[in-house]
Amino acid sequence: MTTGHDTAAASPAKEGGAAPARPSAGPPDDERRRARLSRRWQRDVRWSPYAFVSPFFLLFLAFGLFPLIYTGWASLHQVELTAPTDMHWVGFRNYTRIFDDDFFWNAAKNTLTIGIISTVPQLLMAMGLAHILNYKLRGSTFYRVAMLAPYATSIAAASLVFVLLFGRDYGMINWALNHVGIDNIDWQNDKWPSQIAVSSIVIWRWTGYNALIYLAAMQAIPQDLYESAALDGASRWQQFFHVTLPSLRPTILFTVVVSTIGASQLFGEPLLFDANKGASGGSQHQFQTLGLYLYEQGWVNQHLGRASAIAWTMFLILIVVGIVNYVISRRLRASS
Amino acid sequence: MRARTRTARRRVVVLAAVASLGAGLLAGCADDGKDDSNESSGGGGGKTTITLGLFGTAGFKESGLYKEYEKLHPNVHIEQTVVERNENYYPALINHLTTNSGLQDIQMVEVGNIAEVVQTQSAKLLDLSKYGKKSDYLDWKWQQATTKDGQTIGVGTDVGPMAICYRTDLFKAAGLPTDREEVGKLWAGSWDKFVDVGKTYQKKAKGTTFLDSPGGLLQAILSSETERFYDSSGKVIYKTNPAVKSAFDLTADAAKAGLVGNQTQFQPAWDTTIANSKFAAMSCPPWMLGYIKGKSKADAKGKWDIAQAPKSGNWGGSFLTVPKSGKHTEEAAKLAAWLTAPEQQAKLFAVQGSFPSTPAAYDSDAVKNAKNDMTGSAPIGTIFAEAAKNIPVQTIGPKDQIIQQGLTDNGVVLVTQGKSAKDAWDNAVKTIDNNLDQ
Repeated sequence: MTTGHDTAAASPAKEGGAAPARPSAGPPDDERRRARLSRRWQRDVRWSPYAFVSPFFLLFLAFGLFPLIYTGWASLHQVELTAPTDMHWVGFRNYTRIFDDDFFWNAAKNTLTIGIISTVPQLLMAMGLAHILNYKLRGSTFYRVAMLAPYATSIAAASLVFVLLFGRDYGMINWALNHVGIDNIDWQNDKWPSQIAVSSIVIWRWTGYNALIYLAAMQAIPQDLYESAALDGASRWQQFFHVTLPSLRPTILFTVVVSTIGASQLFGEPLLFDANKGASGGSQHQFQTLGLYLYEQGWVNQHLGRASAIAWTMFLILIVVGIVNYVISRRLRASS
Repeated sequence: MRARTRTARRRVVVLAAVASLGAGLLAGCADDGKDDSNESSGGGGGKTTITLGLFGTAGFKESGLYKEYEKLHPNVHIEQTVVERNENYYPALINHLTTNSGLQDIQMVEVGNIAEVVQTQSAKLLDLSKYGKKSDYLDWKWQQATTKDGQTIGVGTDVGPMAICYRTDLFKAAGLPTDREEVGKLWAGSWDKFVDVGKTYQKKAKGTTFLDSPGGLLQAILSSETERFYDSSGKVIYKTNPAVKSAFDLTADAAKAGLVGNQTQFQPAWDTTIANSKFAAMSCPPWMLGYIKGKSKADAKGKWDIAQAPKSGNWGGSFLTVPKSGKHTEEAAKLAAWLTAPEQQAKLFAVQGSFPSTPAAYDSDAVKNAKNDMTGSAPIGTIFAEAAKNIPVQTIGPKDQIIQQGLTDNGVVLVTQGKSAKDAWDNAVKTIDNNLDQ
């Protein structure tokens, strides 16, 4: 584009040379044209960047901002999926009822516990794997690709396989546990086993992804740091704790933030893990997450107004979580 | 000069690209249903293309009905799209109906949803009473798709008259009779007797249960009631209706006594219990035979038989509706009526096991002589026809499915996991009330 601008800017000078072909183009005409071109160019410079970034913002407007605002509007009404245009104003009733909606708070609690059960081991394991991969290994590319493979599989396919693995009576995991003398565990119906099972799908899918991010960050740590640490007599472990971890701090923060967002939006895994194939997250809602509850209210029970209020409440909770994250990260940065 | 034209041209190209991208985006958001039918009717060489939106295994195509109709009407070309599960199909259908876009010319609706469609979407659907012949269909089936002001917005494809399928070998081993008449007499007229037979069975059952699941039993009992979840004025009464409570308690009782398997129906683990012959009987509409056949091992062939249920009921069945927004509503309505006429339904039963909603078909050879691999020589057509005639006219409501599902998945299933009947009922009621509350 820059060459285009250059020639456009230079062209008025050449214009005189081209003039003889059209003698009628007198100097005043030429001047007007020059002025017009220069105006055009100024406009181009001023507005083109906006045009170039506009596709994203138009899309965001259509598929991000508009739904957000419309959902907010719908959340103040009683609306059913069977007649989405037929809205009855109910004010903040959809929000106030959330305060004593046991199912909402149950889902919120589940989202939190599943989030913790899935995120903490996931990041610890990712760190360990990244550390191992950071050594000189034969076939390291193979290991890296293999680690990313779960991330590239579809949630649906993975969840369905996990449902089979975690089957109570015919599942492979119980079969293996039987061999070490543990009785059948009802992975889908008991509260904690089901949450652990759902978390394991998340862990399986995202550990490799996070490990690669850590690995990339580790490889950016200057070798001299390790050398001087070694000269000072630091062991491998000491090097890891005093050189690697501090250097990774921003990366760790990034993965924590991304994982938190992912955990708060958890939906596909618990939906597909349900033995009843409903959206209630198990018979007693034992692993229903907020995302799943929102879906159940909106699409299964067809209460769009209530679902919208849940969506907005989730949004507000996420903002609070985001602020807490920000404060903590600032503290961390200040302390380092 | 050349340089300038080049930049000008480049700007034109860029603008054109932006414009076409934008247009593409807009087109992406625009109605896709109509584009589609335009193209295909063009491709069909001046033919009218009629599209059907179906779920599950409707079997129209498999039994060659489309080809037959296309032969009878050379200017018609038929296409179908099938979604596997109604849980995925129905919300999309409602969405399409309310926005009047993305609809096929004919849309199938399940009996669990028909009341809601009748009550909320009838303005968007064509009145089919001029096309289908009312006297052909079972009266209650016709009424289910008829609005209060007398518009019939759907014609019935099939019904699910319920009988009891049982394993003759397991019944024999447990010392029960195996002849279908005698078995039917054991429990005729009362579900309590049915559960009592189960208790007798369970005493000698070796590693098997009498029934497959609590959900199947609850479904069977409830479907034989005239009034379940709604009263005739449309009020939700499931909580106070003694029929519902006693059905729930009886099922819970059976579950407590270990008469039912603890798997959820139509899930892989449940399929495994069929393959491994883990239960002796199940509530069994005609389409269930096809399911059993699909999941059984070869050695179970001919070991099943069918007896009448204690009380007849209906489980399943669908309707064909014609959205008014379609391009060929007239042709679509004719096709819908033809597909559900007695002759075609008889053919469908022979191939697919979907039981006709048209009594005239019950006397056809296709129904009378029907057999199934699983049930050997049993005259399944006659047995189900008998059951179909005794089905009560049931009051249905828009949220039947949610209530039924709540009572099963959030209710009786818990009893198999060791909860008390009262806790299970409370959990179910709490869930259902929350789900119904607008």
